[in-house]
Amino acid sequence: MSLKPKSNWELIKNGMFGENTIFRMAISLCPSIAVTNGMKNGMALGIAVMFVQTMVNATVSLMRKFIHPKIRIPIFMLIIAGYVTIIDMLMATYARPIYKEIGLYIQIIVAFASIFARAEVFANKNKLVPAICDGLGMGIGFLLAMLVISFFRELLGKGELFGYSIIAGNPLLIMVLPAGGFLAVGLLMGFFNWIDMRFFGGKGASGV
Amino acid sequence: MATEAEARKLVVSVSPHARGDETVGRIMWSVNLALLPAFIMSVYYFGPRAIYVTGLCILAAVLSEHIYQTSLKKPTTIGDGSAFLTGLLLGLNLPPSVPFYVPIVGSVVAIIITKLLFGGLGYNVFNPALIGRAFLLISFPKLMTIWFAPTAKFVAMDAMTTATPLGILKEEGIVKLMEIFGDKTDLYMSLLVGNRAGSLGETSVIALLIGAAFLFYRGYITWHVPVPFLATVGLMAWVFGGEGYFTGDPVIHLLSGGLMLGAFFMATDYVTCPSIRKGQIIFGIGCGVITMLIRLKGGFPEGVMFAILLMNCFSPLIDRSFKPKMFGAVKEQKA
Repeated sequence: MSLKPKSNWELIKNGMFGENTIFRMAISLCPSIAVTNGMKNGMALGIAVMFVQTMVNATVSLMRKFIHPKIRIPIFMLIIAGYVTIIDMLMATYARPIYKEIGLYIQIIVAFASIFARAEVFANKNKLVPAICDGLGMGIGFLLAMLVISFFRELLGKGELFGYSIIAGNPLLIMVLPAGGFLAVGLLMGFFNWIDMRFFGGKGASGV
Repeated sequence: MATEAEARKLVVSVSPHARGDETVGRIMWSVNLALLPAFIMSVYYFGPRAIYVTGLCILAAVLSEHIYQTSLKKPTTIGDGSAFLTGLLLGLNLPPSVPFYVPIVGSVVAIIITKLLFGGLGYNVFNPALIGRAFLLISFPKLMTIWFAPTAKFVAMDAMTTATPLGILKEEGIVKLMEIFGDKTDLYMSLLVGNRAGSLGETSVIALLIGAAFLFYRGYITWHVPVPFLATVGLMAWVFGGEGYFTGDPVIHLLSGGLMLGAFFMATDYVTCPSIRKGQIIFGIGCGVITMLIRLKGGFPEGVMFAILLMNCFSPLIDRSFKPKMFGAVKEQKA
């Protein structure tokens, strides 16, 4: 990882675009396919991940002096599991209908590579404020990715957005099925790579 | 003289040194020509809708290839006939009843997603026309399973919907099929000439066989894929198709569905089937087994499309495992 200190705003931007969890790092792809068949579900999971990511980064950053390096991984696990339990119980109480649909994926946030990676790579080595900014940026990046994917999948696959009917006629049913998830993620990833190479002189996600 | 000395120099170049006059374009247009009898039969049985659906498919396929390549400033390859062939095959694989946007969506998916995004002709893993059809079947399950009864009247505008022979066989059994078509000879004859409901180009077995014979004569396809494919389907239909073992009727299964179209024109696609002869036989047998598995046990009445697509995935693996030994190479001794 680059070691030049970045400003807080740069950290947030990095999480949103430069190292976007799904489109640039290509990790945590499982929820990006499983939950994005509707914008409501995609947004709910995105917000949950944003919360967990930020809080985990903050906690790990505060505790980094006390965590013995040899047992850091179980400790990170415990911290992540704690926040996931909090968001799980909160959603089960206050967002019952959505929780019924995506509850399993809320619990599985524990195993998200992106959250664990940021705790290990960034929060464990940085002060509180940069760690929070990094977590927030990563979380927003994940949320944006979920919103973009679910926008296209719901619009094309059901003709709806947030459950409201937008276009009439026969929708492309395949887009709300798992196969359509792979198609949408692949095509969008290619599109963002193309934008990066065309307008920002990047090398594309595979050229890292 | 320097120029003369230069002219006398031996020119060293890499192979191939002698070229035949076969080109990609020539082969592709020949396959298009071989599909002409099937297209004529589809116009005869399904009327103007056959021209309408197939034409839209070809137009959308060629246009999307042209627009994609010109917008990326690449040389356009619509002249080699492969986009035309994809459109034609997709059109012949659609039911006659589809509304106008179905062929267009299918062709765009077939050409842009399946072929061009993978790198163009020669790099696609899957048969483009079949992916187009699979995409449509999963996207529009209702629209893609409305079958018209053949009318054999060019002017007939209103059509009667009915089920395909395989659909009847799956849902209601062979007795019902016999009631509709009369006795066995009548059934075989209808299937052979194509007087039955089904996708536009798949119905007439005779027309497809004429086209396939042309391709065999020109040497563009060999027996290695289609014959094991058909033989496996026949064998499995005979063994497992009836009430008990060894009582099934292989002829019905061989003549119905998209089997002839798939076996001769789509499984033999150079790009997506293995290039080694032994591998092609394995490929054909695999296609046959999966087809019959879907027809007899699966949720769809017809399985040729999914069978070929699934075997397409295995083509590179089959090629690798049948790679011939290098001449003179000694088998490595295991320590």
